[in-house]
Amino acid sequence: MTRYSIFSLLRNAMGYHQDWQQAWRSPDPKQEYDVVIVGGGGHGLATAYYLAKEHGITNVAVLEKGWLGGGNTGRNTTIIRSNYLWDESAGLYEKSLQLFEGLSQDINYNIMLSQRGVLNLAHNLHDVRETRRRVNANKLNGIDSEYIGPEQIRELVPIINLDPNIRYPVLGSSLQRRGGTARHDAVAWGLARAADARGVDIIQNCEVTGFDISDGKITGVQTSRGAIKAKKVGVVVAGHCTVMSDMAGFRMPIESHPLQAMVSDPVKPVIDVVVMSGAVHCYVSQSDKGELVLGAGIDAHTSYSQRGSLHIIEEQIAAVCELFPLFSRMRLMRQWGGIVDTCPDASPIISKTPVDGLYFNCGWGTGGFKATPGSGWVFAHTIAKDEPHPLNSAFALDRFHSGRLIDEHGAAAVAH
Amino acid sequence: MFLITCPFCGEREESEFSYGHEAHIKRPENPESLSDAEWADYLFMRKNTKGPHLERWVHTAGCRRWFNVARNTHTNEILAIYRMGEQPPKEIKAMIDEKAKS
Repeated sequence: MTRYSIFSLLRNAMGYHQDWQQAWRSPDPKQEYDVVIVGGGGHGLATAYYLAKEHGITNVAVLEKGWLGGGNTGRNTTIIRSNYLWDESAGLYEKSLQLFEGLSQDINYNIMLSQRGVLNLAHNLHDVRETRRRVNANKLNGIDSEYIGPEQIRELVPIINLDPNIRYPVLGSSLQRRGGTARHDAVAWGLARAADARGVDIIQNCEVTGFDISDGKITGVQTSRGAIKAKKVGVVVAGHCTVMSDMAGFRMPIESHPLQAMVSDPVKPVIDVVVMSGAVHCYVSQSDKGELVLGAGIDAHTSYSQRGSLHIIEEQIAAVCELFPLFSRMRLMRQWGGIVDTCPDASPIISKTPVDGLYFNCGWGTGGFKATPGSGWVFAHTIAKDEPHPLNSAFALDRFHSGRLIDEHGAAAVAH
Repeated sequence: MFLITCPFCGEREESEFSYGHEAHIKRPENPESLSDAEWADYLFMRKNTKGPHLERWVHTAGCRRWFNVARNTHTNEILAIYRMGEQPPKEIKAMIDEKAKS
């Protein structure tokens, strides 16, 4: 792998940039792998990368039915933060944020991490109390988090509407200064390149159509490019996880919903933090190109259609325009939808399954991007050691039997 | 946005309705005799079908009555609408059985 640096850039500039090595190979699938990862999004690629890097398992294939990062990895609003309420979540999301902080250097690929600060707004007395509680919980877990009032919000976001007479007035906010955004495509491409460099086979346009299971143990997968044997299989397919669990013969507490996002036409820099509001359902940041990146809520109905209903966008834009009246005459350039796998407690499932050697990582719902490297890190450990890491042991499938749910509906920002 | 034909009011926009998730989930007759896993199956586990899916809707901004819908979750095409307490039409059942076999 050519190392990216100022020198390789200069060297390739001499050759008119014609000689750059491909970022990853596209090999044909081998007959057999030690580990097959189903799903070539950020989480799957991170899993493959950490399997190779942390556990020395390099005979790994990542199977992707479409193209790399073409699902939710390329469709999210790129927000990163770790200010979750419960200890279990704090450990997992904070691990992920820490990995994000060193990821560009680690994988030699600029993921354009921008720790610009994330605000989660409070609009009524209950919101204020709940936000303060969450900030305190974050601090107890060693996560940077602070509560700020309207005056400090005005300093950070001069364009926000702080009129106390609007329908949902802004009364306060939490602020995580280490939170921010990263370039989502770069996360997928960088992890793919780094995994490939360590020997992982990345196989696109390869859809898994069935599992080979004998005596309760996985032996391989059936795909659109033939059968592939595998000692272990990790499934990280977001919205399609119940399609996979149906093939494997067990049930999941997951429902798949459309979640929409959109960008405006590009404008001069106007907002340099991320503003989120779970109560009125909007989140706003500005991309490096100048577009406002806006996220909506989920559609209530289950769907696999990767497109949501217009009235959801209408509600979202109404909220944006009330919070930021100067956006009201801007135009939307693009809008799109992805299929998110929502769990009853708004927390993920990173777990062994009733089938030996088959592991599932799913249920990230509306907020998986922020967890990309952390999710891959703990899932790689779970697969390599055949037991969960302490950071993800609480996120097992059997928590729905024991009742030890991890309710993060408050911190999840997008209600579901 | 799709159109739903309320069996009582006729065709209306989706935004008039609220979603009631998977239909035909029966509350266990003897909850106290269930194991934790069986109870979790009733409470949390869902079909989440990709394809023909039986679900409930309520006409919130209209007659406020509940009914069942068979909808293809891949295309959002509505395949059948039938009243609470009724079973889905035979051809829908056949479609679902065929999907389960494949």
